Amino acid sequence: MDIKPILSALRRHRVAAALITLEIALACAVLCNAFFLINNRQELMRIVSGVDESATGVIALSGCEGCGNADFNARVLGALRAIPGLRAAGTANSTPFGPRAGYMGASLDREEQHWAGVLHFYLFDAAAIEALDLHPVQGSPFASDDFQPVENFIPTEAPVWVTRALAEHLWPGENPLGRELWSGGHFRVTGVVENFAVTSPGRSEEGVAGAQWSVIVPVRDDAQSGSYVLRADALDLPRVMQAAREAVARAVPEAVLDLQQSRELSELRERYFRSDRAMAWLLIGVIAAMLLVTALGIIGLASFWVQQRTRQIGVRRALGATRSDILRYFQTENFLLASMGIALGMGLAYGGNLLLMRHFELARLPLAYLPAGACLLWLIGQIAVLGPALRAAAIPPATATRSA
Amino acid sequence: MFAYYLSLALRSFRRNKVLTALMVLAIALGIGATMTTLTVFHVLSGDPIPQKSARLFYVQLDPQTREGYQPGEEPEWQLTRYDAEELLRQKRAPRQALMTGGGGIVEPRDTGLKPFSVGARYASADFFPMFDTPFLHGSGWTTAEDVSHARVAVISRALNEKLFGESSGVGREVRFDGNALHVVGVLDTWNPQPLFYDLRGYDRQEDVFIPFSTSRDLKLDRRGTMNCFGREIVNDQTALNVPCAWIQYWVELDSPADAPAFKAYLDNYSEQQRAAGRFERPANTRLRDVMTWLDHRGVVPGDVRLQMWLAFGFLLVCLVNTVGLLLAKFLRRSGEIGVRRALGASRAEIFRQCLVEAGAIGLAGGVLGLLLALGGLWVVRQRPADYASLAHLDGSMLLLTFALALIASLLAGVLPAWRAMQVPPALQLKSQ
Repeated sequence: MDIKPILSALRRHRVAAALITLEIALACAVLCNAFFLINNRQELMRIVSGVDESATGVIALSGCEGCGNADFNARVLGALRAIPGLRAAGTANSTPFGPRAGYMGASLDREEQHWAGVLHFYLFDAAAIEALDLHPVQGSPFASDDFQPVENFIPTEAPVWVTRALAEHLWPGENPLGRELWSGGHFRVTGVVENFAVTSPGRSEEGVAGAQWSVIVPVRDDAQSGSYVLRADALDLPRVMQAAREAVARAVPEAVLDLQQSRELSELRERYFRSDRAMAWLLIGVIAAMLLVTALGIIGLASFWVQQRTRQIGVRRALGATRSDILRYFQTENFLLASMGIALGMGLAYGGNLLLMRHFELARLPLAYLPAGACLLWLIGQIAVLGPALRAAAIPPATATRSA
Repeated sequence: MFAYYLSLALRSFRRNKVLTALMVLAIALGIGATMTTLTVFHVLSGDPIPQKSARLFYVQLDPQTREGYQPGEEPEWQLTRYDAEELLRQKRAPRQALMTGGGGIVEPRDTGLKPFSVGARYASADFFPMFDTPFLHGSGWTTAEDVSHARVAVISRALNEKLFGESSGVGREVRFDGNALHVVGVLDTWNPQPLFYDLRGYDRQEDVFIPFSTSRDLKLDRRGTMNCFGREIVNDQTALNVPCAWIQYWVELDSPADAPAFKAYLDNYSEQQRAAGRFERPANTRLRDVMTWLDHRGVVPGDVRLQMWLAFGFLLVCLVNTVGLLLAKFLRRSGEIGVRRALGASRAEIFRQCLVEAGAIGLAGGVLGLLLALGGLWVVRQRPADYASLAHLDGSMLLLTFALALIASLLAGVLPAWRAMQVPPALQLKSQ
């Protein structure tokens, strides 16, 4: 199809053509960035915890008079272990998606010259490690005398496990076994686990990269109290959790059960990412509304043009143009306008991304988003123009003989 | 003439219902989205204590070790216990208070209630007069009671009702983490948003206030961030003389003009500490008033700011869309405009007529947009974010909605109206 007559027609409607182009460009810019943001949120929501979330639950108590007593843990764990279907239960200072219990800055040497980053230190007893089903993929399991009592909040000397991601971050390309860490204590790496997320993965300065910066420290079962992990078959877990909440309330009536935290890990995960999911849906809503408005704008202006050119269309039809010629004319016109808009929009999308990068911790927009946004806008343009173009194609040739 | 233009506009709306509806809808969507996000932003960035926010200052010192020091860098955001207690003892401002968050279990005695956990605040006496806390019964404790580590507490109205029903709890006893505390005051409902004196999110409740000195005696649980930075391993992090920053410190000055003098005093204090060997860095202090402090701590969540940007982008698209549609609408009536011009209407009058029409569309879009914003805010309130319950439209935002709708539509109308007034009278008559 010859596009010369289309271009010369557009030149006579410069303002309207420029407006459509600008609208498509703006839509393209917002669209690409919104897609990118949605993808970022999804990436966050895909973070692996390293635990079988549907088979693991948490029981947390929010402190009480006498929680530190020697028999307290025994009463709680005794009550838990009496529940039929429970596989294992132990003390843990927190779990992935649980309360922030052990974030600490760490360094690679005693003199604090080599900063390792802010890591999350998990304190687990032997039963908790069993309940979380943690196994080192490299190195060795903890020996029974590795589980020590705690003076304050962390052992001063202990063997620890780190995640593979953390080992790669701290000692890239090297064997992490036997390496040392200092942070409120002195730790030696004796094992590496595949994955184990920090309590607030993706929310720290490092973003998704720091999601697995966990250190697992073995402690004796009387070293801490008030927070417990338990394991049961996935099908059994809801029943076991219900029974656990009731049993603990009976076993330690002086303590207050933290109902917010005493949940299955899958529920904690769902709650942890709730705002990200909400944000993703909101962005989808914005995209939908924007496409709708853009389509409405195209329909409005195309209808106006069709009406304005009714006589010319009649003349063309009388001179032998077929209905599909007219239809294709408007479709091509829209395609040209959309292409110009998209070209401009890609520049705007990139600029918008730079702006977002400056004000929010965002990465650079991957180029793959641009063609995706372009295709979507071409499609929307073609759908929107179809109605007015069909109306134009329906104009009878006889219109040419009538006045105006 | 205005009334006549308005009736012309209404007539044109009736003739072109679909196009008009499209424009109103586009403006309404844009305004609705923008006002929803703007309202959330407005609520979150509001002044929590407007009567004296310019006179309340947050104090920061730099107690860190020499390592990694870069001149001008942001110091620790909290104070160590030693510095906070020392500044409090020196008492150089008209009012000052140190404070930290905490929590524990309240055990009701008489009522059949089970023990429950509450948020707490450990502070010094000036906390109450400095922050203008409203009292329902009784009052705060005195500096003398701070010094004597008195077993006293101020409780919130909600806790008072839970424990003592309608009657005042002043003079009675509340058991907090196994300790009997004598209630000296009951606060009336007091809920500054955001909780500016200790920023740890919105919608956080503190129901028990206890003298800081008492809280250390009783070894009550503390909550909030703590940063320890010394070379040695610290055993008791809440001890007096350990390098751990965990205390917030606020001062009230008589006027903002006193701030430089107080800052000089802080610098001087910092240098004295360095001379005494406690501090290792040159004076690197900060003194920020409430709003500067909130801004510095980035109290508005990133998501909220992002949503606002997106909404403005969306409004822009809607506006460009409206410009295009208005242009189509006006030029479609070229014949009519030509007749009016031929009958003696000046260009300015055509321009005005078109703007009245655009403004009317804007107002209609504003009304619909207001409804959308109310709906949008309802959706925001259903969301899990901790600030969600605060999202309500107030009077100023209501006015802003209509102002924004009107301004936006008039701006959108300028170009089409300009084009419309260029329509020559004679040509249009001829071609008819």
